[in-house]
This record gives sequence, structure tokens and C-alpha cells, in this order.
Amino acid sequence: MSYLKSRFRHPESAKNDLGYTKANYEGALSTLCAGCGHDSISNSIINACFELSLEPHKIAKMSGIGCSSKTPAYFLSNSHGFNSVHGRMPSVTTGANMANRDLVYVGISGDGDTASIGMGQFMHLVRRNINMVYIVMNNGVYGLTKGQDSATADVGSASKKGVPNMYEPMDLCELAISLGSGYVARSFSGDKDQLVPLIKGAIKHNGFALIDCISPCVTFNNNNGSTKSYEWVRDHKEATGTFDLVPHEQEIKVQDPEQLHESVKLHDGSVINLHRQPGSLDIKCRESVLSALEEAKQSGQVLTGLLHLNSDSQNTHEIINTSKRPLNTMDEADLCPGNDLLQAFNQSLR
Amino acid sequence: MKPTNIKDPEYFHKVVDCQYACPAHTPVPEYIRLIAAGRYDDAYMINWESNVFPGILGRVCDRPCEPACRRGRVEEEPVAICRLKRVAADNKEDIKDRLPTIMPKNGKKIALVGAGPASLTVARDLAPLGYEVELFDEQDIGGGFMRNQIPSFRLPIEVLNEEVNYILDMGVAAHFKHYVDSLKSLVDKDYDAIFVGSGAPNGRDLTKLPGRQEGDDSIHVGINWLDSVAFEHTKSIGENVIVLGGGNTAMDCCRTALRLGGKNVKIVVRSPQADMKASPWEIEDAISEGVPIFENHTPKEFVVENGKLTGMKFEKVRAEYDENGKRSLVPTGEDLVFMEADQVLIAIGQDNAFPWIERDIGIEFGKWDMPVVDQVTFQSTNERVFFGGDAAFGPSNIITAVAHGHQAAISIHKFCQGESLTDRPAPQVNLLSQKMGFHEWTYDNEIDHDKRHLVPHVDKEIALNNLKVEVEKGYDQDLGYEEAMRCLNCDVQTVFTDNLCIECDACADVCPTNCINFTDNGEEEDLRTRLLEPANLTDQDLYVSGELKTSRVMVKDENVCLHCGLCAERCPTAAWDMQKFSYSVTKAGKECA
Repeated sequence: MSYLKSRFRHPESAKNDLGYTKANYEGALSTLCAGCGHDSISNSIINACFELSLEPHKIAKMSGIGCSSKTPAYFLSNSHGFNSVHGRMPSVTTGANMANRDLVYVGISGDGDTASIGMGQFMHLVRRNINMVYIVMNNGVYGLTKGQDSATADVGSASKKGVPNMYEPMDLCELAISLGSGYVARSFSGDKDQLVPLIKGAIKHNGFALIDCISPCVTFNNNNGSTKSYEWVRDHKEATGTFDLVPHEQEIKVQDPEQLHESVKLHDGSVINLHRQPGSLDIKCRESVLSALEEAKQSGQVLTGLLHLNSDSQNTHEIINTSKRPLNTMDEADLCPGNDLLQAFNQSLR
Repeated sequence: MKPTNIKDPEYFHKVVDCQYACPAHTPVPEYIRLIAAGRYDDAYMINWESNVFPGILGRVCDRPCEPACRRGRVEEEPVAICRLKRVAADNKEDIKDRLPTIMPKNGKKIALVGAGPASLTVARDLAPLGYEVELFDEQDIGGGFMRNQIPSFRLPIEVLNEEVNYILDMGVAAHFKHYVDSLKSLVDKDYDAIFVGSGAPNGRDLTKLPGRQEGDDSIHVGINWLDSVAFEHTKSIGENVIVLGGGNTAMDCCRTALRLGGKNVKIVVRSPQADMKASPWEIEDAISEGVPIFENHTPKEFVVENGKLTGMKFEKVRAEYDENGKRSLVPTGEDLVFMEADQVLIAIGQDNAFPWIERDIGIEFGKWDMPVVDQVTFQSTNERVFFGGDAAFGPSNIITAVAHGHQAAISIHKFCQGESLTDRPAPQVNLLSQKMGFHEWTYDNEIDHDKRHLVPHVDKEIALNNLKVEVEKGYDQDLGYEEAMRCLNCDVQTVFTDNLCIECDACADVCPTNCINFTDNGEEEDLRTRLLEPANLTDQDLYVSGELKTSRVMVKDENVCLHCGLCAERCPTAAWDMQKFSYSVTKAGKECA
């Protein structure tokens, strides 16, 4: 088996505004099973960061444990990374984000890491609205322990072992919406046309952004009877619409005015142009999105695309009014203002 | 686009850029792998089957394969294919027991005119089949222009003798020192077929330039002069030498002159240096031996004083190109330039000459007074007479002469068997999976990132003082291995089976050069604009699959595929497989029944 990828790239590879090619955003050669959906998501992250011309050293990859959480080794090898304890990526990211608000945080987790062992941490991360992108590589099974049903497996869905799952699944998108996340999306690893813009939007969004990305496990859960197989998801996915993200620096051009439903300005001046049929789902309204998700579930469909957007959401730093500067830019005088100030402060509390 | 028909052997043949570009279609990656494996005899024999003169071509081939090499598009320089061929020749052991066995005589007799590469190739193909082969040449030894025009510091005589003799030893009746001055005399004899491989023996001269006659003693036509050096009639030259011309013969002339005592040897060409016809590496070698090149100088006059050549006058010109790219050399109007010279070598091209072919023996002559020869069968308008090499379509190179020889041999064989000449044998092809086990391949699929390795040269002091010291030492086994590893194995094809694909994108994600795309189908022109990477090189094909489940198609731009096999390793359903494509041009008498 090859463990190295050639350094040769296409001689005419495009460069982004920073002069980087995609190769500057790549990582090591994947050691996941051949055909794993996670690799496509890794590639979509590479594409999104390349297209947004992010500086690799201003990105931090955060992950827990599981097949999904291995993937940060396979993209952005010039960025920071923290591979934490199982299910504890949210608290580590919270700490990192509190210490340095200037980095782009890309959290990578799986359905086990998020919906089982990490559920408690996940819920609080959403409520606090930590400014990060949280991608769940959701395959409905515990791949690393050989394919047991996970907490996101649908009732009646059977993995390779053949026994249908009997328990109700968690819907991470519904949870995140109900806990106040301002950017919630569902996508599919096999649809980069949809996934890459979603990741770009999530990076630009201020506050917690969830992308629940169905990512088939070719080894344990890509069989007939599974609702997380390539074939089933392709046959049953239905999109809320499409959108394009226009970064702050660029001139706003609407690709298809006929289809334009709404333009939403993000906090940094970037604009998300939403395209969908008139009269369809209003993704700015939590209630209608939640019921649409339920309706889709009843009819056996998977609703994908940007599910909920609230561009007014405030991230944790804004909620608790922290310093605008990262800790690493503060010197001793900033961090320890001296006895006089301390005494005055204590006095004010007496 | 319609799905690519990979059953057509020409599709994958074209992907193997080096082999496709080679006139003889030598299976380059196959023998390079054998060199890496230390199997020099096997590597040599693959070459010998295909191009007849591996040791010779490994030194002096025009190497059309190298500019075509995919490696040159992926990084800076192609694999040193030519010099690897030499590694096989240098390191082989005795291969005589592998040469073809000679079949009993079949009662057919053929005559070959000229003992150069084209004729020798015909002999190589037909003698083993039982033909009685008679070879005629004016020299007393075989090799043709490989012997009398290529100096021995580029091609040692032993190497030449060895490979010429493999063929002569097949029972060829060689009539040396026998200049054929009448083709009619051969036609009138009982030969079943006659092959003319007499080359393009006439070097061009500047007969009309003032002073040409007066200075004749000191002015030589390049190829004739090289010839007389090769046969040791000429052993010295004056100190100041001007070589006129920008082709490989000019390079050989100036380097030979240096070795015969020339101190101040210069090349003067009419055109800009960039337009010179010589191979870049030949020019490089001449320059590195200290030969200056004066470009844009048109010869105007040989200056002869008191019956002795003192130099030449040149007019300075500049090249201008019209909208069709056609060049004209326009005088700059400056004063004529005088350059001192004791001797001048004229190497400005060569022509065919057939004064010895009678015009009433059924051989039609056409444009430029060249015989009318069929491009495919190499038959002339006299059905018993065939042409090949430079004699057929004008001056080219050794490897082209070999390719002609093989095809002419097929024609002669078919002609003698009473078969149709236009019914050409199909190539022998095979496509074989290289899968050894789970994600394991029989070829070394890891990509080597080394730059092209330089070929060691002998010390310049030594080289310039002896005409017979070969300048290049060639790669040793270690360097040969290193260079062989640079080969991308383009003959190991990425074969896609559309009904196995589940469209997981794993191949597209892992491909280092982003060759693989899953997209909506369209016309080629449109598809080329929609791929992940620019696909502007239109002579590199797009490999298009049948329609997939999502109604998209797989489109692969063959251009810079590294043949690294990662697509196949990352494919969960073995929709991609790495399969070795072998293609060999069928030789005379080897056709499948």
C-alpha cells in the first residue's frame, strides 16, 4: 500500500489570492478505507480554504477520536491541530477559542464522537455559540470498532451486519437549531458542489456553524438496507436550495437573478445569496425549518443544504464581552495590571 | 463525448508517449523497468527486437521519445531514455544465444543496396526466415553512415561492429567494396526483391560562392570530410576552422576538427541559434568543448590570397517571421564580417542522389527527383524494388531508417509469399492487471522526485586529444538505476470499469495531478473547459467513461497522469485497475495466423 503521495502537481494548477495552490492546503495520504466518504469531506475542506484564500497558519483543526477525527492528518498540514480526547473536542476548542479568537477553528467530529460520548459537550458548545465550524462526518456506524450502530442510525436501517437498528436516531441539525445555532446545514460527502459552498459559508459565519455531513462508511454501512449508503442518500436527498457566498472583498454579482430568493449580509460584509423556489422553506425561521425537517423524515427524505441561517447571531466573545486581543499578544502589564488596580477592584465589590 | 474505446490498441498506445513517438515504437517503460531490476540482457533484447541497434542508438539516437516523455511535462526534464538504453547495452552479457535461429532456406533471394541501418534491419528480419540475403556496399565494412559520418568519440567502433556483425553473422552474403552503379544490373538478375537503403550521400556545397574553386584545397563538404576521417585518410586540420551549418553534422565536424588539431574552431550559421536543426544536446556538447557559435551570418565569399584560403566574409542578417511563421533572413545593412580560417567545412545539409538508377526500369521519379515510394509498403513503382531509410523520403535519422526497414521487410516477405502488401499485420497487444494483492502492484508505483541525472563525461583534456576516446562515460549501474526510477511507467494504464463505480470520489480526491473528474458529459471542446485542471493540451486525449448512475461520466485528462496507481488503491470497488499495456509492432513473418 502506498503511504506517500507524489509531490508532483498539475503544472498549470490555479493559484489563489495568496499565491497558493491547492497543494498548500493538502495533508498526508489518507489511511482510511478506500472509498470512505470522509476523504471527500477532507477534500472539500481543502477546496473551501483554498478558494477563500485563508492563510493556513491562521486555521486550527480540532478533533476528538474516531475515523472522522483522524482526518485532520489528511488536510491542511500547514495549519495548527489538536487531536483531543474522545468527545472532548468541544471543551478543548472552547479553551483555544477563548485564548485566541483570531484563528479559524475547524472542528472535525463523527457521529460517535458527537452524538454519543460527546453529546454533553456538544450541546454546551452550541448554546455558548463558540465561533467555529463544526463538521460531523456522519456515517451511522462506529467504524473504528467495526461497525456497531451509532446514535444517528435511522430506525430500521441495517448496517453490513444485517440487523435493523431499533432506537430513535438523534438529529444533530434539529438539536443545533433548537439550541440557537445561527448556521446549520446538512450535506453529503458525495456532493461537493453543495458541500464546498456550505463550508465556506460556515467559515464566514460569526458563531457556531454546524455541518452534519452524511459520509458513507464503505466498509460497514454501504449496503442495501442502510439509509447512509451512497446509493440511498443519492436517491433520497432533497435540497432546500442552493446558495453562493460572495466574500467581503469581492464585487457582488448575482449568478441567476431568476432564482435569487434573498441576499443575507454576514458580519464581515460577505454576502450569502440564497437561491430557491419562491414559496419554499424560509431557512431564517427556526420553527418552519424544524417542521420541514420532521416532514422530510416522515416521508423518508433527507433534507440537505443550508437549513438555518441567522446572521445576527453573537459569538461567545461578544456575549461575555472578552478582550478583543488574543492572549498571546498580551504582555505581563496587560495580564497583571498591579496591586493598586486589584485593591481598587476588590474595594468596588465590598 | 462518446465513451472511449479502450479496445482500440491505438488509444493506450498513444498514452505511452515515448513509445508512441518512437518511429520503431520500442516499448520504453518495459525495458526501463528491466534495467532497474538489473536484467540488462532482457532489456537489451527488447530493444534489439524493436530497434536493432541498442548500443548504437543508446549513444547517437535522435531520441524523439524524450521531448514526448510525460516526465518533461510533470517536471523540468524527461527521463534520459536514450542513455538508459546504453546502460542495457553496456551491462549485458553474451546475448548471442538469444538471437533468432535461422530457418532453412526458403528459396527466395533478395538484394540489399547499402549497408546502413535500413538495409541491415531488412536483413535482420528476413535472414532468419530463410531468405538468401545479398548485401552490397561501396565500403569495405558495414554500418553505412553510422560508421562514416558519426565520429568515434560519440560512437565507438567496437559497439558499431558488434551490432552490425550480429546481423551479418546471420548468413548475410556481404559484397563489400562493391559500388552498385546500375540498379538495372540487379533488376536483371534473379532476385525476388531488391531493397534500396543507400541513404542520402550527397553533401550540399556552396559551389556558386566566390572563391570556392580557388580555395578548393582548404574547403570540404562536411560528410565527405567526416568519412575520410573515419577511414583515416584525413588525420589533421589547420588551426583556424570555420564550420558552416547548424545541424548535427556541423556539430560533429567542429568537434572532430578540435581533435585533429583545430585550435580556433567556430560554427557559423545563417539562422538564429534557436532555429538550428542540431539536437540541443549536440549543441550543448559543442559549446562545452569551447566552440563558439556565430548566428545570423550568411556566407558571402571565400577569401583566397595568393592561392591560399585566408578566411570568409559574411553578411549579418536578422530573422523576420511573417504571420504564418515563415522565416526570412533580412540583411542588417552592416559591413561584411571577415573571419579568419585555414579550412572551411560545409555542413549545410545533404541530398539524395540516384545517378545509378536507370530511368527505364519501371521506377517512377517524382518531385525533387526522388523515386515514388509508397508511404506504407515502401514499394516503388517497380513491384520488386523497395526503398527505405534516407533513400526513401530524404534525410532523417537512424531510428526512422530502422522503422522503415521493418516495414519494408514485411512488404518484401508478403510480396515473396504472394500476399497483399496493403494488408498490414496488426500490432501485438496485451492488457494485463498489475494487481498482486490488496493495494499491491507488480510495478514500483512510488513516484521518484529526482531531477534528471547527468551523464558523466571523460576529462576534457583527454577527450579533446584523442579522436577515439568516447566523450560520454555513460551511466554506471547505480546511476542507471536512479535514472530508471524516474520513469513514470506510462504503459501501466489506468483502466476504468464504469459499472463498478459507486461515485465515491475517492480517486478524484487522491489524484495528485487532479486528472480525474466526475462531471456532466459534453462535447470535447466544452468538457476541456470544465475539468478540475486546465486541459489545454489537445493532443493528449480525454478518457471518457460510459454514463454512471448519477448520469454523469468519468473524464480523465491523460496529460499529466503520473500512473502512480493511487486512484486504483483508493477505489473501494476496483472500478480502477492498473493494467500493463504491451504493444509491439509485428515483424515480418511473426503475424498471427
